[in-house]
Amino acid sequence: MRLINRIPSRPTAFALAALPFVLVVIAYAVASDIRLTANPADKLLPAPSTIGDTAVRLFTQGDRRTGEILLWKDTWASLIRLLGGVAIAATLSLVIGMGIGLLPYVRRTFSGFVAVISMVPPLALLPILFIVFGLGETSKVVLIVIGITPFMTRDLSQKVLDIPHEQIVKAQTLGASTFVIALRVALPQVLPRLIANVRLSLGSAWLFLIAAEAVASDVGLGYRIFLVRRYLAMDVILTYVAWITLLAFLIDWGLRTLSRKAFPWLEAGL
Amino acid sequence: MTKAILTAAALSAALLSSTALPLAAEEKTEFKLAWSIYVGWMPWGYLETSGIMDKWAEKYGIDVEIVQINDYVESINQYTAGQFDGVSATNMDTLSIPAGGGVDTTALIVGDYSNGNDAVILKGEGTLADLKGKPINLVELSVSHYLLARGLDTVGLSERDLDGVINTSDADMIAAYSTSDVEAVVTWNPLVSEILATGDKANSVFDSSMIPGEILDLMVVNTETLADNPAFGKAVAGAWYEVMSLMAAGDEEVLTELAEASGTDLEGYKAQLAATEMFYDPAEAVAQASSPELPGTMTEVAEFLFDKGILGEGAPSADFVGVAYPDGSVTGDENNVKFRFDTTYMQMAADGEL
Repeated sequence: MRLINRIPSRPTAFALAALPFVLVVIAYAVASDIRLTANPADKLLPAPSTIGDTAVRLFTQGDRRTGEILLWKDTWASLIRLLGGVAIAATLSLVIGMGIGLLPYVRRTFSGFVAVISMVPPLALLPILFIVFGLGETSKVVLIVIGITPFMTRDLSQKVLDIPHEQIVKAQTLGASTFVIALRVALPQVLPRLIANVRLSLGSAWLFLIAAEAVASDVGLGYRIFLVRRYLAMDVILTYVAWITLLAFLIDWGLRTLSRKAFPWLEAGL
Repeated sequence: MTKAILTAAALSAALLSSTALPLAAEEKTEFKLAWSIYVGWMPWGYLETSGIMDKWAEKYGIDVEIVQINDYVESINQYTAGQFDGVSATNMDTLSIPAGGGVDTTALIVGDYSNGNDAVILKGEGTLADLKGKPINLVELSVSHYLLARGLDTVGLSERDLDGVINTSDADMIAAYSTSDVEAVVTWNPLVSEILATGDKANSVFDSSMIPGEILDLMVVNTETLADNPAFGKAVAGAWYEVMSLMAAGDEEVLTELAEASGTDLEGYKAQLAATEMFYDPAEAVAQASSPELPGTMTEVAEFLFDKGILGEGAPSADFVGVAYPDGSVTGDENNVKFRFDTTYMQMAADGEL
C-alpha cells in the first residue's frame, strides 16, 4: 500500500486534526507551569486557569467606573471599523476592477497606477492619513481601505480579463450594450471571486485595524491589547487574541457559507 | 500509545519551555542591562560604546552587557519576564510592572528626576483649568497620565471633568498634535520641545518642574541578583558615576555623543538636560533616595496606579505592594515588599570606595 493511497478513517482524521491544537495547549501549560514555579506572580505565561478566570471576568463583569462591559464595547467598535472598511474596499475594487477589465480607456488609465499603489506600504503613510483624515474613526477605516483595495482590484480586473472573449462577442451578437454585458456577463462571474477576495483580505484588514487602533484610540480590541501591554497583563491579551481569532474564523466561515449558497454552480474553490 | 504520545509531547514542551525560564538568581559573572532612549538614560548607551562599563566590569571580574531596546514598555516587560538583570525605568513603571508582577526589584541608581521634561500642552491660550471638557491625547497609564492627574488635582478637577483621554502612541504624538481634532496633549521630551517649537499655538500649562522629585528615572535591578552579586552593583555604580563626572565637567565630546545617540544636536541635548535634574554627584542621588518626601510620593503613585487598576492583578488595595526605603521603613504591605530603594552602592561611589 503506497503512502499516498493511505487515507485516515473518520475518527483518526478527527484525532489528527485535533492533535496540533492539543500539542500547543500542552506545551503552553507546561511552559507556564515552569515559569510559575520559579515566580508565582509571573505574568508572562499565566496559568490556563487564570486565563479562564480572566476570560469570564472580561465577558461578564462591567468596568468599575462605567459599569459597561469593555470587551463587548471593544468588539462592537472594532467590528464596525473592520466591516465598514472591508465593505468600502470591496465596493471600490468591484467597480474599478470591472472598469479596468472591460473598458480599454479605463484600463490604460488605471492599470499601472493600481499596480504601483498596491506596492506602497500603507502603515508608513499613517502620519499623513492622520493629518488628512483626523484621529477619529475615518482614518482607521481609510487605513483598511487603502491597505486592501489595490490588491483586490488587481485580482478582480484580472478575473474580468480572463472571461473568454467568445462570451463577450456572443453577447454583442445578441445585441447587448456595454452596460448589459457588464451586468449580465461579467458581474455574475466576478462576484464569487469578490467573496473569495474578501476572505483572503480579512487577515490584512485585521492587521491594519489593530495597527490603527494602537496609534490613537479610546476603544477597540487593538487599543485594549496595546493598553494592557503596559503592565504585561498577558491573561487579558491572550483572551483578546483568542477572541479575535474566533471572530475572524466566524466571519470567514460565514462568507464561505454565503458563497456556497449564493453560487451553487461554482465548485467551492476555496 | 496515547500515553507515549503524551509523554513525548510533555518532553518536547519541556524542552521548548526551557528557553522560557527566567534568569534564576545565583552567583554568576555575566549580567545584562536594558535601556531605552530618554535624556537621563543616554549615558547607559555611552557606557557600552565607550568601554567604560567593560573597564569597571573587568576590575570586579565580571561581564556586563548593556543593550538598547527601542520600545520602553517592551524593555520593562523583558526585564520582568527575566530576560535582563536590570532595566532603566521610572519609579512609577517599576512599581506597576515588575513590582506589581511579583519581581522583587531594587533601585540601584537614582539617575535624575524630571524637572520640566514632561508637560501638559494646550493648543491656544489658557490655563490648566481650561482643559475642562476637552479631549486629551496621551500615552495612557504612563508617567504622562500621572502628571495629568497631579496637575488636575492642583486646580480641583479630575479626569471625569475632561472629554476623555485618548491613548496615543508617543511615536505619533507630533503628527497627532498637528491635526485639528487634538486640543491638548501630555507627553515628554524630546517631543515636548519639538511640539513647543513647531506646534501652532502650543502652550505648556503644567509640567513636571511643578512636582519636583516625583518622577524619578532609575536603573532598577533584580533584588536577588544584586544580593548574590555585590560585584555587579559595584561595577555598575562605579562606571555610571565615572560618566556622570565627565558630564558634570561639561565634556563636550561625551555630550555630543549622547546628543547624537538621542537624535538631536549638542544644543538640543543641553536644552533637554536643563529640564532634567541629573544627580551628577552620588551624594545627591543618595539624598534623593533617602528624602523624607519619597514615601509620600510613592504612596501617591501607588494610589494612582490602583485607581487605574494596574497595580498588579488582583491587587486588593493601593498598599498591596510594599516599598522599602534606605532607612528600613516601608510603605504599603510589609509582607509583600517588591520594590526597594537601596543607597548602598551610590553611597560607596560617594565615599570613593569603588
